[in-house]
Amino acid sequence: MKRYRSHILVCGGTACESQESREMIGKFEDELKKTGYSEEVQVVKTGCFGFCEKGPIVKIHPDHVFYVEVKPEDIEEIVKEHIIKGRIVQRLLYEEPTLEKKIEEQEKISFYHKQLRIALRNCGFINPENIEEYIAENGYLALGKVLTEMTPEEVIQTVKDSGLRGRGGGGFPTGYKWELTYRNKNDVKFIICNADEGDPGAFMDRSILEGDPHSVLEAMAIAGYAIGAEKGYIYIRAEYPLAIQRLNIAIEQAREYGFLGEKIFNSDFNFDIELKYGAGAFVCGEETALINSVEGGRGEPNAKPPFPAESGLWDKPTSVNNVETFANIPQIILKGPAWFSRVGTEGSKGTKVFALAGKVNNVGLVEVPMGITLREIIYDIGGGIRDNKKFKAVQTGGPSGGCIPEEYLDTHIDYETLKEIGSMMGSGGMIVMDEDNCMVNISKFYLEFTEDESCGKCTPCRIGNKRLHEILTRITNGRGTEEDLENLKSLGEMVKESSLCGLGQSSPNPVLSTMKYFAEEYHEHVVNKKCPAGVCSMGKKKATTIPKK
Amino acid sequence: MRQIKSLEELKKIRENANEGLNIRKVGEEENIKLKVGMATCGIAAGARETFNTLFHEIEEKNLTNVYLVQVGCMGYCHDEPIVQVNVPGQAPILYGKVDKEKAKEIIEKHIEKGELLQDSIISKSFHKE
Amino acid sequence: MKETVKVTINDKEVEVPREYTILNAAVEAGIKIPTLCHLDLHDLKMVNRTASCRVCMVEVEQRPNLAPACATPVNDGMVIRTDSLRAIRARRMAVELLLSNHPTDCLICQRNLRCELQALAKELNVREIKYTGKRNKYHLDTSSQAVIKNQDKCILCRRCETACNEIQTCGILSALNRGFDTIVGPAFNLPMAETSCTYCGQCVAVCPTAALTEVFHTHKVWEELHKPDKYVVVQVAPAIRVALGELFGMEPGTIVTGKLAAALRRMGFDQVYDTEFGADVTIMEEAKELIHRLENGGRLPMLTSCCPAWVSFIEHQFPDMVDVPSTCKSPHIMFGTIAKTYLAEKMGIDPKKMVVVSVMPCVTKKAEAARTELSIDDNDNVDIVITTRELGDMLKEAGIDFDKLPDEDFDHPLGESTGAATIFGTTGGVIEAAMRTAYEWITGETLEKVDFKQLRGMKGIREATVDLKGQEIKIGIAHGLGNARQMLEDIRNGKSEFHAIEIMACPGGCIGGGGQPYHYGNDEIVKKRQEAIYKEDERKSIRKSHENPEVIKLYEEYLGEPYYGERAHNLLHTKFEAKERI
Repeated sequence: MKRYRSHILVCGGTACESQESREMIGKFEDELKKTGYSEEVQVVKTGCFGFCEKGPIVKIHPDHVFYVEVKPEDIEEIVKEHIIKGRIVQRLLYEEPTLEKKIEEQEKISFYHKQLRIALRNCGFINPENIEEYIAENGYLALGKVLTEMTPEEVIQTVKDSGLRGRGGGGFPTGYKWELTYRNKNDVKFIICNADEGDPGAFMDRSILEGDPHSVLEAMAIAGYAIGAEKGYIYIRAEYPLAIQRLNIAIEQAREYGFLGEKIFNSDFNFDIELKYGAGAFVCGEETALINSVEGGRGEPNAKPPFPAESGLWDKPTSVNNVETFANIPQIILKGPAWFSRVGTEGSKGTKVFALAGKVNNVGLVEVPMGITLREIIYDIGGGIRDNKKFKAVQTGGPSGGCIPEEYLDTHIDYETLKEIGSMMGSGGMIVMDEDNCMVNISKFYLEFTEDESCGKCTPCRIGNKRLHEILTRITNGRGTEEDLENLKSLGEMVKESSLCGLGQSSPNPVLSTMKYFAEEYHEHVVNKKCPAGVCSMGKKKATTIPKK
Repeated sequence: MRQIKSLEELKKIRENANEGLNIRKVGEEENIKLKVGMATCGIAAGARETFNTLFHEIEEKNLTNVYLVQVGCMGYCHDEPIVQVNVPGQAPILYGKVDKEKAKEIIEKHIEKGELLQDSIISKSFHKE
Repeated sequence: MKETVKVTINDKEVEVPREYTILNAAVEAGIKIPTLCHLDLHDLKMVNRTASCRVCMVEVEQRPNLAPACATPVNDGMVIRTDSLRAIRARRMAVELLLSNHPTDCLICQRNLRCELQALAKELNVREIKYTGKRNKYHLDTSSQAVIKNQDKCILCRRCETACNEIQTCGILSALNRGFDTIVGPAFNLPMAETSCTYCGQCVAVCPTAALTEVFHTHKVWEELHKPDKYVVVQVAPAIRVALGELFGMEPGTIVTGKLAAALRRMGFDQVYDTEFGADVTIMEEAKELIHRLENGGRLPMLTSCCPAWVSFIEHQFPDMVDVPSTCKSPHIMFGTIAKTYLAEKMGIDPKKMVVVSVMPCVTKKAEAARTELSIDDNDNVDIVITTRELGDMLKEAGIDFDKLPDEDFDHPLGESTGAATIFGTTGGVIEAAMRTAYEWITGETLEKVDFKQLRGMKGIREATVDLKGQEIKIGIAHGLGNARQMLEDIRNGKSEFHAIEIMACPGGCIGGGGQPYHYGNDEIVKKRQEAIYKEDERKSIRKSHENPEVIKLYEEYLGEPYYGERAHNLLHTKFEAKERI
């Protein structure tokens, strides 16, 4: 690979591309050509840096200088000043809000400081459209190792030992899932990568697929070898055109290099991958609904058992794993299960990517070790609450996660602790709310989402969520009664424990958790007909429904 | 592209690819950093050629622990082109009037052998940035 | 030895086969768990396992959530509680939620006292609907001649979908939209009339509420009966006489032929006839047509054409094969044709003033009767079709104490029938009847043993060989359109070696028809009706169609030679058309 004296990394993630980062790459190249530097300076399009709020991001190596909110008109200056004259363009540096100080290097920005990047390790570092850059980062080495040195049982054992659990929400131990699928004997089995990321505001899977698609392909091939599947499907939302494009390029390159196809690494193992597009139904993230959708049926879940490991795609044993889960696999194989399991808590190992959003200063994608506290994420990485407002609650786990109050900010978060406090890990959404948010209105907002996204198959989710939403609408309109509060609770519990799939089983979480932790707010709405946060119209004509993020 | 059929083949491609990517990984803590003054004064005095020479030398000799950064005016305009050498754990050394030949010498002696080019040193006792 | 597991339900330990669900185990333990969407018609291979209604929720120790008994397999040592407050409340709330989006106009509903949701509300002691709110209102789909779709009453059990897609493989009904707006309907929610629906009525047969019903024609019948200038003739299909009794509290399989004739007469029909007469005529035509095809190198196998749902199925789904079925009209249409020609002539009645009412176990015959080609001079062969259920309703409405009626005979000359005609009501019956006649016609010898037992049973696809003194006739039988599809695909791919195939759209044949009394998921009922059909056959003194004296007379006086006679051919045969598949 040709050496350059300097690399200009331009973020090519969806958020940055939507702000003309693609044009900026062209402008960099033109400018370098004009000034005669194109032979010594390389412009590289990378995946997402995670700091999307401050995008588009441009990073210059070897100096590690991290420019934020770069616009096309800044390109000339960056080349003339930084590349030619070596002078850092101060005005494009990130300013730490708490320190009121400009920071040059990415690693020194507090947003990145406490992060530990395993799944996102290559995002914002390599060019996702160049397989050799992935190979440079030990890409496909894990697949090579697995195929030449390990038995399927050993691969499964390694993943089991690592303690990796499903990152899509359920937290089912990945190695165990593979083992179940492995044990079900069948000539035909399937691997499915669940890339139907549907939580509003969550985009970790998209970022991985855009920034490091090969890591997922490699992991799928490893999983295929482990369970005995020769075919993998990536079920991806059609609304992710960039990820689809990068995946297609990556699959093509992987086939060309022989990492997909027949007799991979001269073994007897054949494996290939195909993309299947989802139409954006939230419920298709549920594995049986996803399988129905891949088969061309209506995207709605089936009763489990049978689990996909036994009877999945076209009734064949199938392992469905999430994008982020897969992204961890090559590193686990290369560095060993102990390396992975040293990070995290007793029951939850490794890291988790969160999409940090809401009323925090630093919004973006963060990968942190399991067991970190909510306070560290919100205050150290997120830079605290915006405009010095007071923290009120943080909602984790997407639209059906619970709202966690301040008293639990020091909880060391993992799958179990989040569940204990009425929320969940989910796929890693994290929305911070401040004193201006009305918790009744928030739970109404989320129920509106789950009511909309319910597939309509089972009674509790189809009608129950509708009724919950109606009760909450009454309460926020100042027409709620104390009986409504009772019904809200009993119906919420029924929907949670009687629904068919994870969607309905978790959709009442926002309302149940806010009723528990913010009971006085409900009381104010119902008894005194007042919204303490001043959000709800309470019968007055005032348009307020969607809370400001 | 011939398909890769063994770990050895893969590793070979990796080594090659890694060299190109090395520049993104180098950090001051563990690598030697060469800074070349590239402000108007430096460029006028021939810093471009100095920079290019250093770059080619590093590449030729495959010095993976050395990286090259261009910086702005260091305030020694009369001694341009200026090259600053930061070896981890040592005081930075500032060389003046570094032409093509001297650039090669810096690589050969200072970088590879650890010998300072005493005659060309402008300063070795300033606060490292 | 089957592998078994021990489970404890409400402190009672039972040992059950490993493949059992909690629901199966509870039945074993003598514990009733309410169900709604669940449906398992074992021998008919129809299982609805959507687990969507959540009415059978039970507590399973060590599980945080409740489990649906109908879809949760047992495992060894499982501890289940069906009677905990939590489970009882969740089950009742599921019904309350369903009712909160339901018209609850039970008093005037077609399914009043026959509705599974209503029964459940009573059983679970629902006394209030706590969670009121928006109720969906949709257009009533009355577009078709046979089936009404009332989405407002749908509880999304999805049984109809299972019947339509998995059993019948028609693929007309599926869920549309999502969330609270989910409905079941044809693609793009097209009116039923614009789809490839065969109107087999199996969706109606399994619907627990009045979301899917037949198009009601009872009022039309009453109106005709009371028009002084109309001569109203009624005919009843074979399957009615073994099922109607169920509507009057009789045991399934009770044969009520005599009471049926008496009841119809009390209702005011001018003549009370038997479709079995039409069935015997059908055999005359069909047996002859088969022999014709065998002897003249015609298209083989020949398929029966008695079932209009099946005919519609082939027209839509296998449009390239519409020359395969026999060209015979179905028995009740043949009967109507004969009534409006031969009978009218004989009795000196203007056919335009004659009204033929068919009482059928079937929903699709309503649509069949409306087919324009089945008419003479714009006078439909059959005017009105009502189902077994509708007849039951009319009898009750008329205050006829069915139980106490004497046995009466059908009227003549179109009331005489043979055992061969009776067995038209069950799967395998039409082809057996045809064989009884074909045997004698081909061999010229008397058939001593008329029971072709190899053609009987409930298996979805059956094959048998009938030995006609050296000439072997290979017979295939399929009931349920999914099974029919397999047969047709074999024919299309040249893999079929059959000479003749009998197909009935409904599982079990007409006895399991979409217009029969609801079996509420009990397939034993269908089996008892089948037993009764064969019993009735054995009771008949004449058991071969071509020996029916009134049929012989009909041919002599009017039709000429079966199949070849000009009148026989023009009046009793029809043609099928390739149709678009939607």
